[in-house]
Amino acid sequence: MTESPAVRVRGLHKRYGRRAALAGIDLDIAYGEVVALLGPNGAGKTSTVEILEGHRSRDGGEVTVLGVDPARVGRFGRAARDWRSDIGIVLQEATDLGELTVGETVRHFARYYPAPRDPAEVIEVVGLTDRTRTRVRKLSGGQRRRLDVAVGLVGDPRLVFLDEPTTGFDPAARRAFWELIRTLAGGGTTILLTTHYLDEAETLADRVVVLASGRVVADDPPTALAERAGHQVTVRWSGGERRTDDPATVIAELTRRFGGPIPGLTVTRPSLEDVYLDLIGHRP
Amino acid sequence: MTMTSGTNHPSAVTLGLHRGVVELKAFFREWDAVAFTFALPVVTLALLGSLISGVYPGSDVTSAQYLAPSMIAAGIAAVTFVNLGAGIASDREDGTLKRLRGAPMPPIAYFLGKTVQTMVVVAAEIVLLLAVGVALFDLRLPTDPGRWLTFGWVLLLGVTACSLLGIAVSSVIRSARSAGAVTQLPYLVLAFVSGIFFTPVSALPQPLLVLGSVFPLKWMAQGFRSALLPDTILGAEVVRDWEHGRTALILAAWCIGGLLLCLTTFRWRGRRDR
Repeated sequence: MTESPAVRVRGLHKRYGRRAALAGIDLDIAYGEVVALLGPNGAGKTSTVEILEGHRSRDGGEVTVLGVDPARVGRFGRAARDWRSDIGIVLQEATDLGELTVGETVRHFARYYPAPRDPAEVIEVVGLTDRTRTRVRKLSGGQRRRLDVAVGLVGDPRLVFLDEPTTGFDPAARRAFWELIRTLAGGGTTILLTTHYLDEAETLADRVVVLASGRVVADDPPTALAERAGHQVTVRWSGGERRTDDPATVIAELTRRFGGPIPGLTVTRPSLEDVYLDLIGHRP
Repeated sequence: MTMTSGTNHPSAVTLGLHRGVVELKAFFREWDAVAFTFALPVVTLALLGSLISGVYPGSDVTSAQYLAPSMIAAGIAAVTFVNLGAGIASDREDGTLKRLRGAPMPPIAYFLGKTVQTMVVVAAEIVLLLAVGVALFDLRLPTDPGRWLTFGWVLLLGVTACSLLGIAVSSVIRSARSAGAVTQLPYLVLAFVSGIFFTPVSALPQPLLVLGSVFPLKWMAQGFRSALLPDTILGAEVVRDWEHGRTALILAAWCIGGLLLCLTTFRWRGRRDR
């Protein structure tokens, strides 16, 4: 059992009307791994995650999450509750719970689980201890998402889904949120997060799965993703540029040609962003 | 299958009670909504009761006293049909239902929580309206246990029927913002054709009477009048009988119909995320 991955997806298909939202997704997530599902809006990130959460039906393919098919687990039985207890879901844009305080909210959701974490400790982990008695509607956007994370964590899940957790954050709030995710990952929690921010995927994930138009177009560690562009670099100088595997030779040649320093010389590797834009079909 | 199998999950009843507590906290902290819920029937009773005067022929019941039990019925319909319907619609929109679907909670616990909330709010509303009736309009509360028994079963059937209809109507409400329009209009029309604002009920034109008789509100109001007013007022009723059997039958039918509607139409998801 420990050999099987936390999440295993083969040939996942989903249609909305005549539009194919997911056209054959394969995905494996090992226990303890942090995987980012990256892609532009409409690429199928949320559909994929919601199918894994058991909140959306699928039209084809195999899915197991923690050894269970989410489409067959049902809502009522012990098996369903066992399975749900092991999964933490951080919602994308919930605005509920406004009149409760942070403490009341986390303590309330702890009650649903057979072996919850200590609510005060979870509030501490997400950095809301000094807001424990604050009404949820008075929280800032970033604090609100942290509370959603706390609710997702309080059941002590083995697998956590985060759907675009930092959309709409200011830069400082994003950095702080990333720290929180790293803490989680450091504790061995398996995490699947969706994002359309490349830097977020790069900084948080062990592996980045890039979706475009309902297909996986890349599935690599962030470093390997950058190397996809090959070892070609671009040498630019005043009056020209050349892509090459061997910049030293080009520069030596240019030095000879200019008979000294090369005016305006730059040597650049393609950024991860160039690779990403290339992958999703928006080559600059 | 998973590592937690064999663990003890909290029971649906326990979770339902906890949800009830959370729902009540959230409800009573939203002051404007609380004021609206309670003030509307109370102010209507106080205003209409003061405006219209007179005593019904053949009895010592004043127009204001006649109004009190009817307003209790209307107040209950407001708390159950209007508030519950709008409340569930907003739960669907703001992510409450989505969050609960992701938790290991038996779905029934959500409805138990709503039931607890509704019962407390209904009880508070009844006490408030009876207090206004007694304090302002000399309404005499019955001492006969039989009348309170009548009050009890009309209340139980009425609350159940209207709550189920509220849950059912929540599924046709597109957004929390349109909830008021979707629930208030049928509520107001029903209140009129059920002889709540237009008293006595027998003075209504025949077609409206027939229309009102189809729905639960008319029978709830009539049932409460039978419990709280002396039988000498029967002359102002449509039929010179309290029709308890028919009342029970029609309210029970709405309970069953409402339940079937809920079971067939209830959606955990909003329109956006299907």
